[in-house]
Amino acid sequence: MAIEIRSAPHIKTPVSVETIMRHVVWSLLPICAFFVYQYGLSALASILVVTGSCLAAERLFAATGTQSGDIRDWSAVITGLLLALSLPPAFPLWMGAVAGFVAIALGKALFGGIGFNVFNPALVGRAFAQAAFPQAIASYSPSFLPGRFTEFVPTSLAWPLMQPADLMLWLKDKQLDALAAATPLAKWKFEGVLAGAEELVTSLSGHMAVGPSPALILVCGIYLAFRRFLDWRIPAAILGSAGLTAWLLFALSPDRFPNPFFMLFSGGLILGAVYMATDMATSPVTPKGMWLYGGLIGLLTVIIRYYSGLPEGVMYAILLANAATPLIEKVTQPTPFGKSALARLGQAKRGASYPLHPGYISREDAGAVTPKKRFLPNKPKHPPKE
Amino acid sequence: MSIVMSATTTDRWDEFMEGVWRQNPLFVMVLGLCPALAVTVSAINALSMGLATAFVLTCSALLVSLLRRMIPKEVRIATYIVIIATFVTVVDYLIQAISLALYDALGAFIQLIVVNCMILGRAEAHASKNPPGIAVINALGMSAGFAIGLFALGAVREILGAGTLFGISLFGSGFQPWVVMVLPPGGFFVLGMWLLVFAAWGRWRQRRQARQAEATRHA
Repeated sequence: MAIEIRSAPHIKTPVSVETIMRHVVWSLLPICAFFVYQYGLSALASILVVTGSCLAAERLFAATGTQSGDIRDWSAVITGLLLALSLPPAFPLWMGAVAGFVAIALGKALFGGIGFNVFNPALVGRAFAQAAFPQAIASYSPSFLPGRFTEFVPTSLAWPLMQPADLMLWLKDKQLDALAAATPLAKWKFEGVLAGAEELVTSLSGHMAVGPSPALILVCGIYLAFRRFLDWRIPAAILGSAGLTAWLLFALSPDRFPNPFFMLFSGGLILGAVYMATDMATSPVTPKGMWLYGGLIGLLTVIIRYYSGLPEGVMYAILLANAATPLIEKVTQPTPFGKSALARLGQAKRGASYPLHPGYISREDAGAVTPKKRFLPNKPKHPPKE
Repeated sequence: MSIVMSATTTDRWDEFMEGVWRQNPLFVMVLGLCPALAVTVSAINALSMGLATAFVLTCSALLVSLLRRMIPKEVRIATYIVIIATFVTVVDYLIQAISLALYDALGAFIQLIVVNCMILGRAEAHASKNPPGIAVINALGMSAGFAIGLFALGAVREILGAGTLFGISLFGSGFQPWVVMVLPPGGFFVLGMWLLVFAAWGRWRQRRQARQAEATRHA
């Protein structure tokens, strides 16, 4: 019998990466169903194509590269679903496939696979799509169109490498004005039209060009938070910080800035806060760091929405905060048990010693080639002589 | 006599192919990235940049090689820079005279050939240690390798970024341009992609050679 000698923890719950990812996928399914209910055939095709492209890319890189993970761990499915939900429902399918491939290739495989990525893969894919196809990503089709379950929005079916059909002409045929094809944020930014918060929470009224209902996303997020598959601090910090910044600006000049509820429930803030910012590999592991990280995302989102040329800022805010995560972890190291905070202040600063591989991804599970980490750097080389 | 001749011909061919393939300045040594990322928005820009660099590289290699015994060791870098700068000035005026549109498209990057580390590196590492004939052949090979690399980058960026190659439309009028490809990030994406392709090809060749060696050992 082999005796295994290893350090704590010795008792583990049977929660593996695969379990967590599967639960996140389940919690995303109602949101996807609502998205399909809103936008019909085009949204369904978009979700299937983007997710399929992510899975194909993951399979390709897992088979040919050296990175950890495989399509069996469900993480590529999450990337695909989130990417599809963050793109316009009638995004041309070939562009969706490109975005999905880039998300896995640049966002994940390049860094060494699951658990090693620096940025949220879905957002990397979306950022690429935003940079490559700015026009297509800005044209959102209105929801709850009659006949959405029987026909595609023509932009979906553009030939590969070809421009999508003109959405405006198609809308004119449907007797809808051009304003219907703008997201509430774009309408506010470019036309000065403000949508009501209660309409935004449910996404159900009229032909609004919005994503799935924020209320539904919050309910799914609460389920995940109760199962401890995401940390509640991150969404709480993001929404708190965004709401607080928006409320402060609104209090300063109510004519210039919209009310904070509009800021919270419009665009992708709720989806980003609950599902994208909480990606375990790209968010801090220290509790204080989570508050700082979330606060940074909320603040940046509001600043980008108010003061930049873009109507939406959640994506860049989360990507920037992802980049800052290692630094945030370094400055928010918890004080070890038995050491007073005052004594720690007097010490010379040491590098971050928080484990880079949390318990749920041991190096053996990850199976990736990583530089050997030196544990106990101050361990004496020779045992003291008797 | 003929055996000697053929031996030197293979040597020369080897010297030439060194720069084209085994020591390709862009894909193996990863030198000269400034023009490679900045002016490869279209295939024609990339090729003209490659030609300009080839002229400067070959002429300066010849001159450095001819003067290699006269240049004092202490001031060699300054001397090389003067030589390279002379030819860059020549090329600068030449392009201005031939095509003003191209001159505007390439912008400051023609003058910046003078600080292309590949040229100074070749002068220091090769031309200053070899007779003129070999130095010129090596410089020609390096130039060809660099031009091929620039063209590979420029072609992909032009095809995806504008749907054209050398200004000829490939996909018709409905083409959707990938805006990012003509922006600076596109240069990095395409360069990374080519590096990946060449690394994969190199690995495949290595594996095939190993297999062949195995087969001949057993035979």
